[in-house]
Amino acid sequence: MINKPYDQQVPGAQELKKSPTGINGLDEITGGGLPLGRPTLICGSAGCGKTLMSIEYIIRGALEFNEPGVFMAFEEKAEELSTNVASLGFDLDQLVADKMLRVDHVRIERSEIEETGEYDLDGLFIRLGYAIDSIGAKRVVLDTIENLFSGLDNQSVLRAELRRLFQWLKEKGVTAIITGERGEASLTRQGLEEYVSDCVILLENRIANQISTRLLRIVKYRGSMHGTNEYPFLIDEEGISVLPVTSLLLNAPVSTESISSGIESLDIMLGGGGFYQGSSVLVSGTAGTGKTSIAASFANATCLAGKRCIYFAFEESPMQIRRNMQSIGMDLNTHVEAGLLEFHSSRPTLHGLEMHLVAIHKKIRKFKPDVVILDPITNLITVGSVSEVKGMLIRLVDYLQNEQITVMFTALALNNTLNEQTDEGISSLVDAWVLIRDIEFNGERNRGLYVMKSRGKGHSNQVREFIITNEGLDLVDVYLGPHGVLTGSARESHILDKQTGKALHGQALSRKDREVSRKRKLLEAKIAGLQTEFESVEEELNKVYLEEELRTTIHEQTRLEMIDKRKGNKGIR
Amino acid sequence: MVTEEQTWELRLYVAGKTPKSVSAINNLNKYCEEHLKGKYKIEVIDLLLQPQLAEGDQIFAVPTLVRKVPVPIRKIIGDLSNEEKVLVGLNIIPLNQPVSE
Repeated sequence: MINKPYDQQVPGAQELKKSPTGINGLDEITGGGLPLGRPTLICGSAGCGKTLMSIEYIIRGALEFNEPGVFMAFEEKAEELSTNVASLGFDLDQLVADKMLRVDHVRIERSEIEETGEYDLDGLFIRLGYAIDSIGAKRVVLDTIENLFSGLDNQSVLRAELRRLFQWLKEKGVTAIITGERGEASLTRQGLEEYVSDCVILLENRIANQISTRLLRIVKYRGSMHGTNEYPFLIDEEGISVLPVTSLLLNAPVSTESISSGIESLDIMLGGGGFYQGSSVLVSGTAGTGKTSIAASFANATCLAGKRCIYFAFEESPMQIRRNMQSIGMDLNTHVEAGLLEFHSSRPTLHGLEMHLVAIHKKIRKFKPDVVILDPITNLITVGSVSEVKGMLIRLVDYLQNEQITVMFTALALNNTLNEQTDEGISSLVDAWVLIRDIEFNGERNRGLYVMKSRGKGHSNQVREFIITNEGLDLVDVYLGPHGVLTGSARESHILDKQTGKALHGQALSRKDREVSRKRKLLEAKIAGLQTEFESVEEELNKVYLEEELRTTIHEQTRLEMIDKRKGNKGIR
Repeated sequence: MVTEEQTWELRLYVAGKTPKSVSAINNLNKYCEEHLKGKYKIEVIDLLLQPQLAEGDQIFAVPTLVRKVPVPIRKIIGDLSNEEKVLVGLNIIPLNQPVSE
């Protein structure tokens, strides 16, 4: 997984063997787990999760690594303990019945104990030894051994006996966790850290701005590399999750595959195809510019392509988003039912930033989505400063890039400096940045969409008008004319103007055409008249000619008849 | 007031024959003979031999003396070298000390 830096340990020499905890993230930080066969001290103030972490170590050991464990409780009874962890889905009683776990409650009642003379803690040793041997335990928890100090007077005996106990545990070869209350000046109230020197883990519950964050720090870990930072951790219905800071090297794999934004025209603006897979996208804009709609449309497109999407909403409830998107023609319900889409809504003030990150991590690891949407990140500023939010997002983006998951953030931009900064700060992180800006003109506001950047793609430098209709989202070319950029009704009216002009122009043209045809008809009529005239003249001329010919023929005939008559040769014929 | 019917059931947990165990056993026997003659029962349990019994009486230190009867249960840990503390702890009124009128 993400424990790259720890793989670079020196080979050869006998490395410290580790006992994996099975707790999400803790093994990454410790480079494999707790020191095998040695005691580890978990300290922290009340209610910071010491008992839970130690019992989870035992339970996970039993369930995941087949290592039986003994839990020696100085505070809680076995029944209380099993009720407490039942809420995390662990069945202690079953484990006890399976001989994978033994819970021994050591009750120290000050009022019924009298001390006289010398004694030692052999009773405890024997009890523990018996418990370990009866199930062949590999893991032991002593929670909280400091209770001995409040129950017994003779501190010098106790201290000597504790030293002997830890030595004895080492000899037994069990991996032990000892929990201790945080002291005023030292890590634990009774200075247990003197005795347990192999590994010390400090848990803390820090409250900043009324929001508490659980933090874990490995104070020391002899003979092993370990993460030194404070790591936030989360306790939820599945136990503890620790978030390791992901590798800070920029060596995440890259993809050349594209993933559609769900708006065809936006894909084109982005340089074709949409966003790169595994990239991070920022959609920012002022209130009501349709950021959530773009995000939902991205989710919709992802699910339509058969991919998985997880949607973290910090402003609206899932029902609200689904209803609202229905109104613009997006049916997200079917995707939810098909198991492709998952919504997670929480108020940012639910817990600290780090906790949000841990929670997001956890859900992503579980759901294994192709696309993650965070809507909106600006709300997180209510629980952290700008730089903290940026820090958190860097880590999230880093993790997602490694996992080749595309992420879309939406950010609200107000017209004040704080949020301008947010834009600036986060925009350097992301691979693509879509900005929606209100264009106020002519008594109305219209949405202008710009692609501010799209790393690795030749993106459009033009503004488009972003419109939301019942059928969905669309981008329209804005009109660039002599009067500047026109949007909304101004654009419409300009288009109308143009259409009117065209119609008038067409009208003029057709009038000319008719004039021409009329002229033609006139001329044609004239031509027909002349033709008729010509025909009559021609006929006249022809008539004279025919008469002449007729006359000649008749004359000839008459002459021949005359000759016949003169000869009087009737009989000859 | 110690009534005639009252008996003491005592259980002493030790771990092997260590000097502490031995002195605890000796001390206990001595006190009981002195103050509770004929009214007590002592059971010595060696946890090395019967480790499973440690949990039942919530033993974590040895030697531990547990007063089972009369109730409530009382525990005295240590080698029982301080007689007064043991007697107070067991709620026994020493016989050689006059009972206040």
